[in-house]
Amino acid sequence: MTSASVAAPPRMQWQIATVRAVVDETPRVRSLILDVPEWPGHRAGQHVDIRLTGEDGYRAQRSYSIASAPEAPDLAVTIERIDDGEVSPYLAANVQVGDRFEIRGPIGGYFVWTAPLGGPLFLIAGGSGIVPLMAMLRHRALVDSKTPTLLIHSSRGFEEIIFRNELERLATKEDGLTVYHTLTRRQPVGWSGGARRIDRDMLTGIGIPPAMTPRIYICGPTPLVESAARILSELGHEPGLIKTERFGPTGG
Amino acid sequence: MIDIPIARGFFGRKKPEGQSARIPPGQHLVHDFPVLSAGPTPVPDLASWRFTLSDGDTRLGSWSWEEFNALAQTQVKVDIHCVTTWSKLDTNWEGVTLDTLLEAAGLDEAPAPYAMIHCEGGYTTNVPVEDMLGGKAMVATRYEGQPLDPEHGGPARLLVPHLYFWKSAKWATGIVFMEEDEPGFWEQLGYHIYGDPWREQRYTGD
Repeated sequence: MTSASVAAPPRMQWQIATVRAVVDETPRVRSLILDVPEWPGHRAGQHVDIRLTGEDGYRAQRSYSIASAPEAPDLAVTIERIDDGEVSPYLAANVQVGDRFEIRGPIGGYFVWTAPLGGPLFLIAGGSGIVPLMAMLRHRALVDSKTPTLLIHSSRGFEEIIFRNELERLATKEDGLTVYHTLTRRQPVGWSGGARRIDRDMLTGIGIPPAMTPRIYICGPTPLVESAARILSELGHEPGLIKTERFGPTGG
Repeated sequence: MIDIPIARGFFGRKKPEGQSARIPPGQHLVHDFPVLSAGPTPVPDLASWRFTLSDGDTRLGSWSWEEFNALAQTQVKVDIHCVTTWSKLDTNWEGVTLDTLLEAAGLDEAPAPYAMIHCEGGYTTNVPVEDMLGGKAMVATRYEGQPLDPEHGGPARLLVPHLYFWKSAKWATGIVFMEEDEPGFWEQLGYHIYGDPWREQRYTGD
């Protein structure tokens, strides 16, 4: 049913990815560094589809956000293990270096930030919702962008903060990036960050004000995304500047 | 052809007995109702809400919330399939079919072969008109017997369940008929122009 007025571009082909390295980010989250020989490149914020074929021929596919910057030498995805998930337990726990599976992408052209878009950049992440935002922060760092940027990152506990060390490193470069962590369930002794869910007071108190017209990217579980996006709209941010990605256990 | 690698120790989850014929290739069954949207959920305002049918720039019919709800309502039980690979079976919806809307606008037939669905927030999606006639699509206002939740597209969304679910655009406010097919919001961003789940038309060129 393709209309004659729309030229049919080539199909996005499945390719074979080989796992070059695995990095355990937290007890439940693992990054896979992938070798994809004909990777066409991507923009920060895009995702891939990964398809597994089982020993009995059973196939399943899921979408995963790309964690690596476009400028990085290898493609990386970062995957949270969902206990009752079908695909994520395999990718986040069983996969070993040298394993291969099918991949295609990049997919998605909306939840994307490239340095020329400028800022300020206001990023809000819940749990593994940090992954596409990390690609933006890595991109920002690798192209030496000084775009004023704030990340508010909500995690359950300190040990569950994904990319904690790297975020700390990026935030100490004094290139205009501020990282604020909030821990919703357990805070270590002497914790100076937030200690509750992202709420109106937090977004008003430390968020970038609407007058500065930040580009806002929110990614995380649906309740966090719905709530943050609603509050930011009510505070006066232009809805067209608020981009969201939501996921739940069914993403696993 | 590439040699498909086998994932050691991966067997996946079998499609439930008796339902596998209803689950398109590459999809898996869910029982909750995931939410996927590109931006903030609009706050519904039923007092100013209108649904409008147009042919290009010509207005064919326009209904307030009360007028829309006074039109003949249709109930359907359908399976829905999201491009992010979840499928949900036996979902119950109620709303106004496009057949009813055309009739209410005094039209015997649709004025053009293609349509763009317009939504709150500026989102659009394109659907061939023949895919929306004969009861194949409705503007749904109720889900499982309740008013449609804003998260899921309330007060009204398109429901065209035989296409991937992004075509069932949330927060729909109007349908514009067009002579030529044109890509909508997601279709311009790499998603398939038509989106048939049974042919796995997920992305451009599939």
